[in-house]
Amino acid sequence: MIKTVLTVDDSRTMRDMLMLALVEAGYRVIQAVDGIDGLETLSAEGADVVITDINMPRMDGFGFIEGARADPRYRATPILVLTTESDAVKKQRARDAGATGWIVKPFDPVKLVDAVRRVAA
Amino acid sequence: MTDAVDPFEAIKVVFFQECDELLGDLETGLLAIQSGSADDETIHAVFRAVHSVKGGAGAFGLDDLVRFAHVFETLLDELRAGRRPCDEPTLNALLRAADVLADHVAAARGQGAPVEPARSAGLVAELEALTHGDVAPVAETVVETVAPLPVEADEFGFKPIAFDLSSLDAPAVAEPSGGWRIVLHPHAQMYAKANETGLLLRELARLGPVAVSLDTSALPDLAEMSPEDAYLSWTIELTGPVDEAAVREVFDFVEADCDLSVRPLDSVATPLPVAQTTPDLDIAALLARATADVPAQPEPAPVVAIPFPTPAPEPVPVAARVQATPTPAATPAPAQAPAAAPTPPAAVTIRVDLERVDRLINVVGELVIQQAMLAQRVTESGLARSSGISVGLEDLELLTREIQDSVMAIRAQPVKSVFQRMPRLVREVGEMTGKRVRLVTAGEDTEVDKTVVERLAEPITHMLRNAIDHGLESPDDRVAAGKPAEGTVKLVALHRSGRIVIEISDDGRGINRERVKGIAAAKGLIADDADLSDEEIDNLIFLPGFSTAETISDVSGRGVGMDVVKRSIQALGGRISIASNPGKGSTFTLSLPLTLAVLDGMVVAAAEQTLVAPLTAIVESLTPRVQDVHHVGGHDAVIRFRDEFVPLIDVALNMGFRDTPVPPSTGVAVVIETEAGFRAALLFDAIQGQRQVVIKSLETNYQQVEGVAAATILGDGRVALILDVDAIVATARRKTTRPELKLAS
Amino acid sequence: MTEQFSTPAAASRELIAFRIGEQEFCVDIMAVREIRGWTPATPLPRSPGFMKGVINLRGAVLPIIDLGVRFGLTTSEPTARHVIMVAHIGGRLVGLLVDAVSDIIQLRDEEVQPTPDVASDHVKAFVKGIFALDGRMISLIELDRILPETEAEAA
Repeated sequence: MIKTVLTVDDSRTMRDMLMLALVEAGYRVIQAVDGIDGLETLSAEGADVVITDINMPRMDGFGFIEGARADPRYRATPILVLTTESDAVKKQRARDAGATGWIVKPFDPVKLVDAVRRVAA
Repeated sequence: MTDAVDPFEAIKVVFFQECDELLGDLETGLLAIQSGSADDETIHAVFRAVHSVKGGAGAFGLDDLVRFAHVFETLLDELRAGRRPCDEPTLNALLRAADVLADHVAAARGQGAPVEPARSAGLVAELEALTHGDVAPVAETVVETVAPLPVEADEFGFKPIAFDLSSLDAPAVAEPSGGWRIVLHPHAQMYAKANETGLLLRELARLGPVAVSLDTSALPDLAEMSPEDAYLSWTIELTGPVDEAAVREVFDFVEADCDLSVRPLDSVATPLPVAQTTPDLDIAALLARATADVPAQPEPAPVVAIPFPTPAPEPVPVAARVQATPTPAATPAPAQAPAAAPTPPAAVTIRVDLERVDRLINVVGELVIQQAMLAQRVTESGLARSSGISVGLEDLELLTREIQDSVMAIRAQPVKSVFQRMPRLVREVGEMTGKRVRLVTAGEDTEVDKTVVERLAEPITHMLRNAIDHGLESPDDRVAAGKPAEGTVKLVALHRSGRIVIEISDDGRGINRERVKGIAAAKGLIADDADLSDEEIDNLIFLPGFSTAETISDVSGRGVGMDVVKRSIQALGGRISIASNPGKGSTFTLSLPLTLAVLDGMVVAAAEQTLVAPLTAIVESLTPRVQDVHHVGGHDAVIRFRDEFVPLIDVALNMGFRDTPVPPSTGVAVVIETEAGFRAALLFDAIQGQRQVVIKSLETNYQQVEGVAAATILGDGRVALILDVDAIVATARRKTTRPELKLAS
Repeated sequence: MTEQFSTPAAASRELIAFRIGEQEFCVDIMAVREIRGWTPATPLPRSPGFMKGVINLRGAVLPIIDLGVRFGLTTSEPTARHVIMVAHIGGRLVGLLVDAVSDIIQLRDEEVQPTPDVASDHVKAFVKGIFALDGRMISLIELDRILPETEAEAA
C-alpha cells in the first residue's frame, strides 16, 4: 500500500524538493506550512511518516512534535526532523520532544528516502 | 512554465521566487526593528528568512550564497536568543548585510555580477565581530562553513549490557569479521519516539542473514506491566562481511534510547543456546499464558531462536507491539497542547498561474460583450421591459458584473511589492549623492491590477532618484536654510476617484523655475519670451529633449529623462504631473487606472461617432441654454456651471470628426473634472446611456492616439473610442489660450 | 513574421496577389491571416490619411490601413466591394484595405527583379521587387514598411 508522508516546512522550495524526492520513491506526499497547519493536516488526513522542519512561523518543529506526541493517535507515528549538521542542541531538543530520527540539510535524496524507509512501518 | 522542464530546475525557479519574498520580509523586518515598530516575533521572522535562503541555497550548491548567509544567520541567531544586543551599529550592519545577501542571490540567479569578494568579506568580518562581541574585526578570514563538521561520535553514548560478559576488549574497529552479535535493549523512550524494533531488525536483515532471539525474562506479570515500558531484549546474530559502521548506522536514531552492544561474533565466549521449543511461539500465546490464571513462575525464561527471514519486506509482528495499547494513564512525553497561536490564522491562499487568470479575465470580458450585445438585440426586438426575457437579462447583467468584479479582484495586488524595494534604493542613492535621506511610505496595501503593479517600479525608481539627487539639498545647505540635515522623501499610494494615485514628494529645494525656463528656451522647446504659468513651467521637465547628459547626473539619469517616465506612465493609461514649491519641495503625482480591463462609462454620440467618457471623470451633465453660453474671443466658449464658468469644448470639432462647430444648445454638455482638478464641459450631440465596458487597448495593434484612452466594443459589435478627457482638455487649452506656446510633439 | 528571403533550400514562395486600382501587388501568404469584406471602421482622430480607423475582429481592435492611400495611388472612398486582408506585421494584427484579392501565386526567387526606376518614389519605399506573370507586372510588397514608424515601437 502506498505510504503517505506529511512534509511540514515553511519554505516552498524545501517542500517541493522533499516532494520530488519522495514521489519519485513511490510515496504519496501531503504538505503543511507550519506547526499548526501540520497538526491540523495530520488530524484531517493522517500520515504514515512525518518530516518536519524546525524553524517555522506560528509554531515551530518542536511545538509540532510535542503536539503530535501528546495526541494518542500519533504517538506511534514516525517523525523525522530536518536539521543542519552542526546543530547538536536542536537535534537533542527535537529528540527530547519525541522525534524518531533526523535528516540533515541540505539533504541527499537517497539518504532522505532511506531514512523514511527505515522508520516507516 | 511547462511540465516538460526538468523538475529540479523548476524547483530552482521556485527557490529564487521564494528568495524574493524572503529578502523582502528580511528588509521589512529589519526596518521595523529599526523604527521601533517591531514585536517579539519580528527578529525570529528575520532569522527564518535568512535561514530559509541558506537552506535552499545549500540544496542547489550555491556556495558563495551559503557562506554569506551562514554568517548572517549566526549573528541573527545570537540576536534572537538575546545573547547579543540589537543596537544601532548592529542594525546598520544587518541592513547592509541584507543588501549584500540580495546581491548574492541575484548573482546566483545569473541576474547580476558576482559580488565583489572584498565587499562580501568585509561585511562577513563585520558580522562576525558583532557575533563574537569583538570591537576590532578579526583579520579577514573567509569563514568556511560549508565543510561539514566532524561527526558527533559518542554524543548519545551507550553503555554495555550487563549480561553479555564476553571479553572486555574493545571490539575490532571496522573489521569485517565473520559477523556481529548485537544485543539490543530498548528503553521506553525509544518507543515513545515511534521507533520500532521490528524495523531495526528489518534493516539489520538487509545487511546479511540474521538469527534473532528474544529475551523476555524481564517481562513482569501482565497485571504489573506498564504498557509504555520496555521489558524486552533482543540478541541478533548477523553473519557476513559487514563492517561495524554499517551495523551501528542502523541504530543511528535510537542509540541514545537503548542499551546497545555490538561485538564481533567470534569473540563471544558463550554461544547462543539454540533452543528447541515451540516454533510457533508468538507473543499472543505468551500473553495468553500470562493472562491465564497461572501465577508467574520464576523459571528461566524460555529462550527461543526464531529464524528471522531475510530480507523480509514486511516487518515481523514484533514484540514491540506488546506495549501498543496505551492507557490514558501513562503519558511519557510531556503533554503539551499545541500552543494557541497569538497571531491570527493566516489567510488561506493558493498559487495560480497568471496565464490562467489572464485567460479567465479575457473570457469574462467576452462574456460582458456578448451579454451587452444580447441586451441590445432584445431591446431592438421590441420586447417589453417587463417581459420574462428582459427581466432575466437584467439579472444576467448583474451576475456578469459580479463575476467580472470578482475576477478582477483576483489579479489585484497591493503595491507593497514595489514599495518594498525602495528603502534600499533610497539608501544607495543617498550614499552615492552624499545626501541624508529618510523614506516614509504609506498605503502599501493599496491594491491595483497585477499588470500595473509590475510596471510601476521603473517610474517610481526614477522619480525617487530624481527627488534625492536633484530635489534634496546637501545636508549643509539644508541646515543653512534652516531645515533638518536629513531630507524626507514620501512615497504614498491611495485610491482616488476610481483611480490609484501615487505621490512622491520631497522637502527639498523645489523646482528652479528660472533655470528650467532657461533650459527649455535654450533647447528651443519654448519661445524665448513665452509667458508660462508656474504649473506650466514645472511641467516643462516632461518634454522630450529636456533632459540631456548635462542635466542628468550619474545617479538620477542613467540616460533616462522624465519624458520617458511620462510615456511609460501614459502607456498604462495613466498621467503624471508635478507641483512644486520653491524652497519647500516638490510633489510628483502619478495617477493610473485601477485596472486595465474594464471601465464604467457614459456612452455619447458626436458627429455620428459613438464615444465613451469615463464615468469617474464626470461631474454632471446638462442641456446648454443659449443664455448660459458665452463666447470669448473667437471660438472659445464657456458655459455657466453652478457658480462658475467653465470652458465648453466641442468634442467632435476637437477630435476632427467635424470641421465646423455646432450651436451648443443643440447638444448636451457633460461637465468633467481632470486629474488636476480642472473643470471643463464637453459638448456632445447626445447621451446614449451608461454602461460598463471592456477596455481594449489601441496599443496592442496600433499605437497611442492623443485624446483616446482606449477602445471598446459596443453591443452592436462596433468599436467605440474611450475618451481621454484630460488629453482633450489639454489640447483644447493649448490650441486656444496659448497660441504662442509651441510644444515639441 | 517576416518573409523568408534567404532560405537557401527553398526556391519558391507562396504569395497572395491583390489589386488596387489598375495596379497589382502581392505579399507573402504566410503573413495573411484571413480575408474579410469591408465593414465600416470607427475613425481615429488626428490620424494619417491612410488610417481608415479600427474595426472589431472577434473582440480584437484591428486598425485598418488603406493601402491605396498608403501607396499614394488613390483616395477613393471604400465601397462594399473592397476587401480587408488581415495580416500579421511586426507582432501586430493589422487590416489592409485593398480593392480585391486575385490569385495565389507560386514564385521562385530568381523570378524577382529589382524595382525599376520608373515606379514612383512613394511606392518604391514599400516594394521589394517586381516580377511578371501572364503579361502582368506584379510588385512584391515589404509588409514591415507598411506600418508607420511610431514612438510606440520605440517604447
